[in-house]
Amino acid sequence: MGPTIIRNGRIIDPANKRDEIGDLVIANGRIADQSAVHNPKSEIAEINAKGLIVVPGLIDMHVHLREPGFAHKETIASGARAAAAGGFTTVVCMPNTSPIADNPSTITWIKDRARDTASVNVLPTGAISKNLEGDELAPIASIVQSGVVAITDDGKCVQNHELMRRAVEYARMVGVPVLDHCQDYNLVGNGVVNEGEWSTLLGLSGWPAAGEEVVVMRNILLAELCDHHIHCQHISTAGSVRLIREARARGVKISGEVCPHHIALTDASIQNFDTNCKMNPPLRTQRDIDAIIEGIADGTLTIFCSDHAPHAAFEKEVEFDQAPFGIVGLETELGLFIDILLHKRKAISINRLIEMFTVEPAKLLKLDAGALSIGAKADVTLIDPDREWTVDASKFESLSRNTPFHSWKLKGRAVRTIVGGETVWAL
Amino acid sequence: MNEKRTNSDKSILVMDAAAIQRALRRIAHEIIERNPDLNQIILAGIPSRGNEIARRIAETISTIEKAPIAVGTIDVAMHRDDVGTRTELPVVRASDLPLPLETKTVIIVDDVLFTGRTVRAAMDAITSFGRPARIQLAVLIDRGHRELPIRADYVGKNLPTAPDEKARLRLGEKGSEEGVWLVKE
Amino acid sequence: MNTRWNRKDLLGLRELSAAEINFVLETADAFKQVGTREIKKVPALRGKTLVNFFIEPSTRTRTSFELAAFRLSADVINITATASSLSKGETLKDTAKILEANHVDIIVLRHSSAGAPQFLAERLRSSVINAGDGAHEHPTQGLLDTYTIREKKKRFEGLHVAIIGDILFSRVARSNIFALTKLGARVTLVGPSTLVPRDFEKLGVNISYDIDKVLPTVDVVNLLRIQHERQRKEYFPGVGEYIRLFGLTKERAKLLKPDCLIMHPGPINRGIEIDSEVADGNQSVILDQVTNGLAVRMAVLYLCGGIAT
Repeated sequence: MGPTIIRNGRIIDPANKRDEIGDLVIANGRIADQSAVHNPKSEIAEINAKGLIVVPGLIDMHVHLREPGFAHKETIASGARAAAAGGFTTVVCMPNTSPIADNPSTITWIKDRARDTASVNVLPTGAISKNLEGDELAPIASIVQSGVVAITDDGKCVQNHELMRRAVEYARMVGVPVLDHCQDYNLVGNGVVNEGEWSTLLGLSGWPAAGEEVVVMRNILLAELCDHHIHCQHISTAGSVRLIREARARGVKISGEVCPHHIALTDASIQNFDTNCKMNPPLRTQRDIDAIIEGIADGTLTIFCSDHAPHAAFEKEVEFDQAPFGIVGLETELGLFIDILLHKRKAISINRLIEMFTVEPAKLLKLDAGALSIGAKADVTLIDPDREWTVDASKFESLSRNTPFHSWKLKGRAVRTIVGGETVWAL
Repeated sequence: MNEKRTNSDKSILVMDAAAIQRALRRIAHEIIERNPDLNQIILAGIPSRGNEIARRIAETISTIEKAPIAVGTIDVAMHRDDVGTRTELPVVRASDLPLPLETKTVIIVDDVLFTGRTVRAAMDAITSFGRPARIQLAVLIDRGHRELPIRADYVGKNLPTAPDEKARLRLGEKGSEEGVWLVKE
Repeated sequence: MNTRWNRKDLLGLRELSAAEINFVLETADAFKQVGTREIKKVPALRGKTLVNFFIEPSTRTRTSFELAAFRLSADVINITATASSLSKGETLKDTAKILEANHVDIIVLRHSSAGAPQFLAERLRSSVINAGDGAHEHPTQGLLDTYTIREKKKRFEGLHVAIIGDILFSRVARSNIFALTKLGARVTLVGPSTLVPRDFEKLGVNISYDIDKVLPTVDVVNLLRIQHERQRKEYFPGVGEYIRLFGLTKERAKLLKPDCLIMHPGPINRGIEIDSEVADGNQSVILDQVTNGLAVRMAVLYLCGGIAT
């Protein structure tokens, strides 16, 4: 196959401090320079990127692909298609599968499955504790050897601080970051919605902000104690943002990520008991949204993700407190972040937005990705930041449809996703 | 002499206030004549105009006979026979009848007798209170077109009507004039 | 089209207007009279089928709805959670579809999950009446409490009502709060601070943790049943302390105005939230609440179920 030239796009490559109109050359599945196109024998494929932004393939480091064990919700193949349709070339999947990814053979299964069926790069994470029970350490070194990029108990949260401390020390030894779903089980109880005005009005069990913040604080202290990086997942409260900001100012190895629903919706959306607004951590108040956006703008929160959590329709169509937590997100993530942060709130520049989707996660997870350097794997995303579109859940690539964003009108969308030089999805 | 007055909305006055008063006085006399023991009668009005007519008849009777007459009210909305077919929900009100009914003559009082279904519902309501000795019916207007075998014992005026006509009755409520008009729908 | 009421369901009192609430109470006046007749039956819902679908058990509320339905000449079926296939894992949605396939006209639902009646109402043509959904609402209780106050006090404006007890987990408290504030009464919530969080002030009510200060100022006291199961052990340290702080003892009852009403949704924990003597005393209208409950439920069934579907 001959080279491909992506012409006339605005190339934004934060890793290489590049932001200019130009052509991007791909040859043999890698980013190349102009010399690759001087071979007269090969055919040149051209992609017109006029008016589009050309960026390193986007990375989503928090998705649930549900295989093995829950293929009725999603498979690695369908999840990868959803990722591609959202503009993502790399996804990092969570270990709460069945069996749990707390052992090398399950992780090897996932990697093989991804290699055989996924159109995008799928990087697994491994569990911190056996069976995610928070009681005993999982065989972390063996897991890391079988090829995970991080360890996390996501879905669950290690409650025993001593165990967490030892896990972080161990992770330091084997050189992977620790990701944490911050939730104190006692404070949260059977909370299903944010504890506040709406939980009071509707008589639903509340999930207090302190339930997240207390664990964020725990992670800050342990990151300091163990001198190792802990990354706090799906930050949802103003208090969490403040804690992370203060800790980072002191130089603590702590970071946080944001999911689009936590800045797109407040807890008022649950007033009709719509289970598509039920997720963990829950939607919060406008005050929290404003604090998170401020945290994105000042660099406190550094990474975007979706927490893509597919569930079958029959599983979500039950009484509110019986419904599983979570919504799909890969196919609406980029659109929501561009629409809210760039167009509506003008909180950050497009360059920073791209950086948070590429350089930041690549740096945290030590990935060879997130840049359009010469010789790098040709994972490229083309984005039309001004494209207006309406979300249609019935057309999702994902097997599941559990989203609160159906019929939303958004501005900004990926229009082409290229993995290893091949277009795996185009609008 | 009643003048038939055709109004701009094509309604014809068939009874004026004086005519109504004479009719009700005559009904009062008929009731007295046919019910020697007035202690045993109860005038049960059907809301809302039936109540006013019952009140007037009771007043007339007690003026003549110098004794009070028992008056009650029967809500028929709860007893209608068109459950499951109606699209508009009739407003229900509390009924009230002096008990016991066993030896009494309950005289249902209503403004217009038409299909007879309202009276059937009223009889249904009355029997849930007890078993009166007899039930009679007094109406100001009988406009015909019965759908059930029901007849009035005391009638103010027989008013033959076409099916697409309506008898409109006003008894001075909200300061309006009194009268009965025949109205084309 | 009856503009005073055009809802097929009664899911809660939060979404009702004051005019709608008043209309239900007026309609209940009419149906209360039926209970005094020799034949306590009217054909208003003749031929309609009503299902009492009680996932959470309750004898009192279910019996009240059953009686209300019988007096309206409806046919009644009772389904409780243990008997129904919900315990076999059939979803609420499936069970509902089966009921609809049986052409059930009215479903009275009591469920432990907030929002369950709304879930059914959105999916079925039948009328859905909420008989209590988790801690969310118990609209007919709210209506009968309001009816009782209206009957005895004749007004809401300027009235001061205290609701005492476990407010946080109480659907009765929420329904009462919505109705009373809409109708213009002043509401004070009293109870342990763990069970009466400050967030409730956003609903337009006052909060107090000092029952002795509040009692002399109120016209109505509505006592909630204290649930002293395990789940509450983190919220208050047992009934002994509760009685000392918030129980309406014989002594405390002396603080009340002589014409203050004492209400309780039942069943009463004699000696805990209320002393036995006080429950049977002459300020107590607890039994009136039961009678009124029947009238109010007849009104609700008539209004929601009486229209052609």
